[in-house]
Amino acid sequence: MSKTLSNDQMLALAEHVENAELNAHDITKVTNDYPDMTFEDAYDVQWEIRRRKEARGNKVVGMKMGLTSWAKMAQMGVETPIYGFLADYFSVPDGGVVNTKELIHPKIEAEIAFVTKAPLHGPGCHIGDVLAATDFVIPAVEVIDSRYENFKFDLVSVVADNASSSRFITGGTMSNIADLDLKTLGVVVEKNGEIVDVGAGAAVLGHPASSVAMLANLLAERGEHIPAGTFIMTGGITAAITVEAGDNISVRYQGLGTVTARFA
Amino acid sequence: MDKQKIQQFGDELYEAMVKREAVSPLTSRGEDISIDDAYHISLRMLERRQQAGARIIGKKIGVTSKAVMNMLNVHQPDFGYLTDDMVFNSGEVVPISDRLIAPRAEGEIAFILKKDLTGPGVTNADVLAATECVMPCFEIVDSRIQDWKIAIQDTIADNASCGLFVLGDKAVSPRDIDLVTCGMVVEKNGSIISTGAGAAALSSPVNCVAWLANTLGEFGISLKAGEVILSGSLVPLEPVKAGDTMRVDIGGIGSASVRFV
Repeated sequence: MSKTLSNDQMLALAEHVENAELNAHDITKVTNDYPDMTFEDAYDVQWEIRRRKEARGNKVVGMKMGLTSWAKMAQMGVETPIYGFLADYFSVPDGGVVNTKELIHPKIEAEIAFVTKAPLHGPGCHIGDVLAATDFVIPAVEVIDSRYENFKFDLVSVVADNASSSRFITGGTMSNIADLDLKTLGVVVEKNGEIVDVGAGAAVLGHPASSVAMLANLLAERGEHIPAGTFIMTGGITAAITVEAGDNISVRYQGLGTVTARFA
Repeated sequence: MDKQKIQQFGDELYEAMVKREAVSPLTSRGEDISIDDAYHISLRMLERRQQAGARIIGKKIGVTSKAVMNMLNVHQPDFGYLTDDMVFNSGEVVPISDRLIAPRAEGEIAFILKKDLTGPGVTNADVLAATECVMPCFEIVDSRIQDWKIAIQDTIADNASCGLFVLGDKAVSPRDIDLVTCGMVVEKNGSIISTGAGAAALSSPVNCVAWLANTLGEFGISLKAGEVILSGSLVPLEPVKAGDTMRVDIGGIGSASVRFV
């Protein structure tokens, strides 16, 4: 993989995409203007957006994986998932309110989140390493919000857009990973009191822990790793469900309790 | 419908099952078939099977997911009868060429009852109290109607499109599991093809069994101690053919596998 963007082009794109997020307005996908952009270019843009936020005083509070279902990967014609970062202001408490005025066209996904107690280094990180390095798991709901018009994007564009990260809600019960079968752990998503989707952990790369291993391996390509104490959202178990102001959602997890939120 | 026509349709479906030759949809024959008529046709088909030596060992509930309800444009489930010649054990081989026409596999939770359940008025608490154990299960649905071109009356008349079923490797007390959130993972030939959870069937498999007990109660029929009740699919139906292997894992319950030849 190689770069096609000049440093100035990369910096300008980061500003352009981040402004779309900060001002909650949609933009055309970046590959319209830069059709030759590579993954490396796109991650450069994402890491520059991260640097911009940190320079402004925001903290990075975790990582997220995206496109972790085989169905989605086949749909996008790729064989690996992607990652993004979570900034401090993305966090919404369990039972809290998500302000849709700060978002463009939000959707929610039910996920399992990991918190690590030891660093994870790729390449070659595998599911056993992840289980050994896991402090606990906790249920999470991700609010994704592509900055691209009508959620229409290609893979390079979505990487540059921080993998559509926007908000997340954690709650329910923390659990030791040894006490759970994450592959068959079921989730039930309700919107406004009606069941809208169900799934089980295996929808995420066969096992949510393999998503964490892939994150370590993807980060290693840039010389990065997963430090101890990192919060990681492993990817959607259920399909992305559109939400708008006035909706409330409740996600039940087998043995892990419930996460709820309202959209205003 | 008159009794003679009901008997004729029931006989036709029985012959179609035995000969493995699908027939045209009953609803395409110019008859006005009510839901009640359809159940009477299914009872005639059952009667023929009992005359041939089959024994009733349980019941199945179908049309429990929103997707199937929308497909058939109905808003309630249906049911059929399970007989002793329909049961297979996990790991066994199912010979499609001997038994089935156009089989599809669906992952389900089976209830084994230890007490009778007689509706109306059966609650979820009654269902749980009457349940000895739950087991992982594949229902292999099949249609004696050509190309699965079924209206709700066709599938009801055809024993709710039941083919046979495969019980899993473990039995768990319903006290030890949350049947609403328990997750399901279905693999075909080693690839994960779908996941689901208990809530996919009428918000809970327990609701399905209560519905059946209350519906049958109106006709003076009980669910009997010892019976197997298949509570409805938690995942989309998957067509299967000879050479396929299917596996289902249910969180906290266990697994079932089946190979088709």
